Amino acid sequence: MTDAPSTIAERSAEMLARATPTTIAVRVRGFSDRAIAWLFITPTIALLLAINIFPLIWAVYLSFTNFRANRPNAEVEGVGLRNYQRVLNDPDIWIAMQTTAHFVFWTILLQTVIGFAIAYLIDRKFRGHAFWTTVILIPMMLSPAVVGNFWRFLYQPQIGLFNYIVSFFTGIPPSSFEMLGSVALAPWAIIIVDTWMWAPYVMLICLAGLRSIPDYIYEAAEVDRASAWRQFWSITVPMALPFIMLAVLFRGIENFKMFDMVMLLTGGGPGSTTEVASITLKREAFESWLTGRSSAFAIILFVAVFGLANIYVKALNRVKQR
Amino acid sequence: MTTPQELNRAARQKRPFFLRRGPMENIATVLIGAGFLMLFQPFLLALYTYSLTMLLAGTVMFIIVSKFPE
Repeated sequence: MTDAPSTIAERSAEMLARATPTTIAVRVRGFSDRAIAWLFITPTIALLLAINIFPLIWAVYLSFTNFRANRPNAEVEGVGLRNYQRVLNDPDIWIAMQTTAHFVFWTILLQTVIGFAIAYLIDRKFRGHAFWTTVILIPMMLSPAVVGNFWRFLYQPQIGLFNYIVSFFTGIPPSSFEMLGSVALAPWAIIIVDTWMWAPYVMLICLAGLRSIPDYIYEAAEVDRASAWRQFWSITVPMALPFIMLAVLFRGIENFKMFDMVMLLTGGGPGSTTEVASITLKREAFESWLTGRSSAFAIILFVAVFGLANIYVKALNRVKQR
Repeated sequence: MTTPQELNRAARQKRPFFLRRGPMENIATVLIGAGFLMLFQPFLLALYTYSLTMLLAGTVMFIIVSKFPE
């Protein structure tokens, strides 16, 4: 037997080692494993600090000042907790919070129920299930800008397909209602689009959960003559629960920040019926140019999502330990 | 002879209430949950006003007490 490199990868590595200048090779060989690990992760940590952590700390600082981004040369003064006081006493922001809560609650509920139901069906492994899984995932792959624009066309009262489908099933004339222009229907129009786009994402996570349940558990249940209903509630749901909770956590965090879809579909209107917190935040920051105040608002939202994520992760760990 | 479990239990009982992880984590969770509901409820502006205080207290408490030993 020879020690000569056998595979292409080994031969390439050998050639690369020979081509490395001796000074660099000696220097690298002198590093410990720990040092090399740090060498690899340092760029990522530096990038994370620059892109995520620094802006967060900067926003916390700005939230205690009267800084306005359209007057960069004006003197910046500390205002203490005044920005927080104003945000937390503003009835308009309070209403935006309620709109956000309504949007988050319904989108998560619908996405979880529909996503899990589709995953349950796909998991039956019928003929062509791989093809249908890919088809179902298409909405998730589209850009929110594209989705927003074509749903605007679908919701058109004169030519929109959505109104015609509703008309076909209910008999209501298609031009008699306007999804995006009606105060009562506009929030639901956004909820429908978000559910259409992100239910496949929940489906994907739930499908991973369902596929991880070993078959022998169902076989044992069959031997014990457990009904399909009993198997669903005693095996499928408890074993897929950590995955469902994970999907809810991801979608919850994302939906609190929802901006693009709402902006494209309704722009916060009609009136302010669909003005979610992120749109109010954008208006405060880039229309009223109250940068300090909008930073305080952003920090409040961050604390809310961070706090909720903490207790949610705790609950998730408990479910996993069961 | 006392078992390790009994020793652990005795040590845990000696620890004051506010240094026990389980109950303090539960209190922090209740504070966060209440703060969250106060932030998004549609009934009373005063509750909304004090929601951040509640949320912050709960979150900071949770971060601290989750470092306590089991």
